[in-house]
Parts: sequence; C-alpha cells; structure tokens
Amino acid sequence: MSTVTTTPPAPAAGRSARNLVDMVFRARELSLVAALVVLVGVTAVANSNFLSGQGVKDILLNTSILALLAVGQSAVVMTRNIDLSVGSVVGLVAFTTGDFLSADHSRGIVSVVILGIAIGAACGLINGLLVSFCRVPALVVTLGTLYVIQGVDYYLAHGRQINAVDLPPGLLDLGNGSVLGVPYLPLITVLIMLAMGFYLRSYPSGREFYAIGSSPEAALLAGIPVRRRVLAAYLLSGALAGLGGVLWLARFGTVVADSANGWELLVVSAVVVGGVAITGGVGSVYGATLGALLLTTIGSALVVLRVNPFWQQAVTGALLLLAISVDRVLALRVARLLRRRNVRRV
Amino acid sequence: MVTKAPRRMASAVVAASLLVLGLAACGGTTKDSAASAPPAAAPASSAPAKADPNAPIKEGLKIAFLPKQINNPYETIVDKAGIEAAAEYKGEAKEVGPSDASASSQVSYINTLTQQGHDAILIAANDANAVCGPLQQARAKGIKIVAYDSDASKDCRDLFINQANSEEIGRSQVKLLADMIDHKGEIAILSATANATNQNTWIEFMKDELTKPEYKDMKLVKVAYGDDDDQKSFQETQGLLQAYPDLKGIISPTTVGISAGARYISGSKYKGKVVLTGLGTPNQMRQFVKDKTVQKFALWNPKDLGYLASYAAAALASGQITGAEGEVLKAGKLGERTIGKDGEIILGPPFTFDAANIDQFDF
Repeated sequence: MSTVTTTPPAPAAGRSARNLVDMVFRARELSLVAALVVLVGVTAVANSNFLSGQGVKDILLNTSILALLAVGQSAVVMTRNIDLSVGSVVGLVAFTTGDFLSADHSRGIVSVVILGIAIGAACGLINGLLVSFCRVPALVVTLGTLYVIQGVDYYLAHGRQINAVDLPPGLLDLGNGSVLGVPYLPLITVLIMLAMGFYLRSYPSGREFYAIGSSPEAALLAGIPVRRRVLAAYLLSGALAGLGGVLWLARFGTVVADSANGWELLVVSAVVVGGVAITGGVGSVYGATLGALLLTTIGSALVVLRVNPFWQQAVTGALLLLAISVDRVLALRVARLLRRRNVRRV
Repeated sequence: MVTKAPRRMASAVVAASLLVLGLAACGGTTKDSAASAPPAAAPASSAPAKADPNAPIKEGLKIAFLPKQINNPYETIVDKAGIEAAAEYKGEAKEVGPSDASASSQVSYINTLTQQGHDAILIAANDANAVCGPLQQARAKGIKIVAYDSDASKDCRDLFINQANSEEIGRSQVKLLADMIDHKGEIAILSATANATNQNTWIEFMKDELTKPEYKDMKLVKVAYGDDDDQKSFQETQGLLQAYPDLKGIISPTTVGISAGARYISGSKYKGKVVLTGLGTPNQMRQFVKDKTVQKFALWNPKDLGYLASYAAAALASGQITGAEGEVLKAGKLGERTIGKDGEIILGPPFTFDAANIDQFDF
C-alpha cells in the first residue's frame, strides 16, 4: 500500500499558514498509517498467516469496494453534504447488471461496467439536482432516495437471485483474478483514488470543492459555481457506487436484492475515520481510503485474533468517536495557532 | 429574487413528491387497520371439530401465502410451488407480504387477508408471538392458519409444516462432513447471526453429535457468525482459515454463508484443501460444485415444502383434517404425511446434492 501513503507534492513555499494547516492534517493520515502498522504488526505476531500472500490479498480485496465508495463519498462530504443512498445504488446496480449478464452470456464486461456506472450516475444526478438546484437538505434527499432506490431494486428483483453459475467467467475473474500478483479490484480502486486525489488537490475546480465545504456563502460570493460543483460531487459518488455495484457482483457472484444493505453508514464511517470532516472543507481521498482500509483490517484482525465478534461493532464505534474528537481538538488548535500567527504578523 | 420564489416552490414540490414516492415504495404495508378490531362475530365454522378423511377438497378455495418478506429468493420458491399446487386442486392462491422481514408489517397483511375472507392463510412468521393476536382473529372467522418455514406460536395456528426435523439436520450435517474428511481433523461452523433460533438449535445438535465416539478425532474449534452478509461471511471464512491453519472442514448451515464461503475458497489457495459443506440451494452452489470447491451439500426441497403446505391448507379448509395428532394428510404427489405432536408435519430428511445429481434441480 505504499501508493496510498505517498504524499502529494508540497505546496509552494511562502504560504506558511496553509503549510501549517496541511501539516496538521497530514498528521491525520500519518496517524492512520501508524494505527494500521500497529494493528497489522500485532496481528501478524499473533498469527503469521495474517501477512502471508493470501492474507494480504484478502485484506486488499475486502477493502476495495468500501474504499471506492469512500472516495466518492469524501467528494460529497467535502462540500458539506452527504450521500446516504450509496448502499442502495450498489444493491440496485449489482442486481440489474447481474440480470443483464445472466440473460445473455455474450455481453461483454465493458458494456456491463458502462451500464453499471450509468445507472449509478443517474441515481447521483437525481440526488445532485435535488440537493444543489432544489436546495433540499442532503440528509433528507439521500435518505429519501435510499428508500426509493431500494424499492425499485426490490421491485425489479422480486425475490430472485443471481447465481455465480449465471455469470460469464470473465466477470467472475475480474473479482478474483490478478495481474502480476495484484488483484484487479484494489488496482482499480487505487487508480481512481490517485486520479481523484490529484484532481482535488491540483485543479482549481478541485480546490473549489474544499472552498464550498469551508463556507458555502463565501464560495458563492467568490463566484464559484456552487451548484455545479455539488452536482458533480453527487454524480461522482453515484457513478463510483455504480462501479462498486459491478465489482460487488464480480466479487461475490451470488447477489440478492439487498446486497450492500446498510453500507451507507459504513462508508460514512470510513470517510470520517479517514479525516474528512463531516462539516466539510477538510480531508482527502487518501485519508478516506485509509479509513476504509483501517475499518476493514480491524474486522479481519479481530477474526484472526479470535476476538468475540460482538466486539467488532463496538470497536468501530469507538474508533469513530475517537476520530471525531481528534478532529475537534485539531481544528481548535489550528484555529488558535493561525490566530496567534496573524497577531504576531500585525 | 422574484424569479426564484416559484422555482423554489417547484423544487419543494418535486422533493416532496419524491419523498412520498420513497415512503410508498419502502412501506409496502397496507394499513387497513381500521377494521383490525372487528366485533367478535360468531365463528362461521366452529362446529365441525371432527375430521372427515374422505371429504373431497373443495374447489375454488382461496388461500394466501404470507412469507417473511417478499424479496427472499428462498421463500419465493416455496410460495410459487404452493401456488402451483393450488392449481392442481383447483384453488386460487396468491402471495402477498412485506418488503422487510418484520412482524409488525406482517400484522397488517394478516388483517387485510382476514377481511378479504380467505379460506386459509399460510404464514412464515417473523415472530412467533407478535403475529398471534391477528391470527387468532382470523381463526375466529373460520380461516385456517398453516405456518411454514418459521413457526408461529402453536396456539395461534392449526398446523406447522416443518421443513425438516432440527435434530436430523444438525446430526446429518456432521455426518456429511465427517464422511468427506475421514472423521479426522479440526472443523468450524459458519453460521448466520448469533441469535438466529434455527441456527442455534442445529448447532446444538451438531455439538451433541460430535460427542459420539466415532467423531473422537474431530474437534469443533470455532463457531463464526457471518450475519447472512456476503462481505462479513467472506471475512469470517478468511479469518477461520487463517486463525486455524489445520482446519479440515467448515459447515455453513445458511445459504448466504455457504455461497460466500464457497466463492472465497474457490479463488484462494485453500481450494481442494478445506472441505466446505452446509445448507445451500442447487442454483447458487452449481458453479462451486462444478469447479470442485464443494463436493456435497444438503437442503430440503423448498418446492416440496410449498407444495405440502398448500395441500395442508386445502385439506384443513375442506375438513379432511383438523390438525389433531395422528391424522393423515394426503398431499398429492408427495404421498401421505402423519400429523405429529403439536400439529407439526415434517417434510422429510434433508436431501444431499453432489456433482452427479445437481443438474436435475433448478431452484
């Protein structure tokens, strides 16, 4: 996972205030990496199989879909919004694409991926239009679409099930296969994460996502097309959830209507643990991906360490609370530091 | 700002209608509870408490299947077979049910079916006691109640069609696995949720079976819970195989668990080294039997379950049986079944699927 930890190029010198803020929040990603190292280290000492080739491959595969959704979600959360419909979108796409493929085996993988992304993007478009142009609070809109999309999914599925035997071997291979020893799924996720991270960091329109989240009013006054950017964030989140749905199908093979049911909260947890502030404007997709990796690894580690499964959810919750507390403390400290520095300069 | 006001209003309307749509889609319950407390009318058919085994099955019986939830593929198979059976005896059958597996949503369906005057209701209860009141009201109107798949409290139904004897399931699963691993080695169980009643009953019988001398070389090292969730079952399977490197076999008595476990093992280095068995449907396991990840697994035939339940409902409504112990139910092509204690009818022993016979089944 060295790709995840590589830090983006340092910002230009002289903008020391931004440097400072960056440093403090880089600390978040570093602390996540440290937590991961400790967790993996302890687990590997207890059971050497945890770091075997198969063990690492398992963790990467387990993380891929969650991390992909977390990348999309972090773009939305950065603009001070939220997308609760991602779990339903994954379920809908996994089922409809599975149905599409099982009807005719000759349909190619590419067309399925495109179909999945298109369905996801359509769901994202509805969310985005309602939130940005109709100005309905994101929480309510996406809670509504969560149920609407789930309802559509249940209606289409009508109790049916997609089985591995109905799917072409090519798709199943996408879920299990690898190139040069690296499984496809994490490869796809890392590529998308890097592209998103680069865009948000280095493009003016990418920076505008942060500006909107920091202060929507100020962003509007500064001439940022707030609505367009928010719509774009939802489109992205929906499209990635659509891709996630196709990957879900490829990975699990057996799909019923309620796949990924309840995942929206897991995704939001990953994003928040990864240092994207739920109030917007702060964080990175790298952090969100690390958050997803950490949550998944905890799940796997607890099983390997033979910890009672009842503890797993409690640990996730505790981690979430810790992350939010750290955010709060960090935010206060940064604000104080910046104030002091400005006073000195005056 | 003048132009904005109407636009904002329009958007509010759009949002509101979307929400209404959403609620309607997810609710799925018919809230006809106005008549849910009918005056205690005299039961229409309380008099004939005696069974007449030779009575013909009435034509045009109206029966309804109320599954745990309408989206469960397994229950869909059961109910469809039951509906087809109704066509055999010239009855009218349908399936209605909630989209969530909760007892409270089943209650409103029971009330609606009661009002519609069905001859029999077949229910897979989400909660044995919560559905009891409405079922009693239905019975007071002369409607026969047959529970299948998941029992309602025995005071509020006439019959329970049990897919298989719990003891037989538990013990046969251990036997199935033991034969494949020569009665030797560490084994684990991958279950659904930690408080699923049927799972825990089966697991108790598995543990009891393992105390027998022929299994002295087999050791149950762990019961893991995959919560009937794909990803969780994946992770639990991975964890089991990592935490217990000497593991020889896994029993997963849940359809989600066994398919997730098989899918994981088929793409890992454990394929061919660890034996997986349990309860699964032929369609979901076909791929893994063909690629030799799984040799054998078991399940009762859900179609037969629906068929038997459908005939039981018709026989009750026609007065052939009353649900008393010892009576004999004539169930079309399935032959005869004797009603056991507490109005229970058992479908039969679980059926074992393997590479040789799996292609004869499609469910």
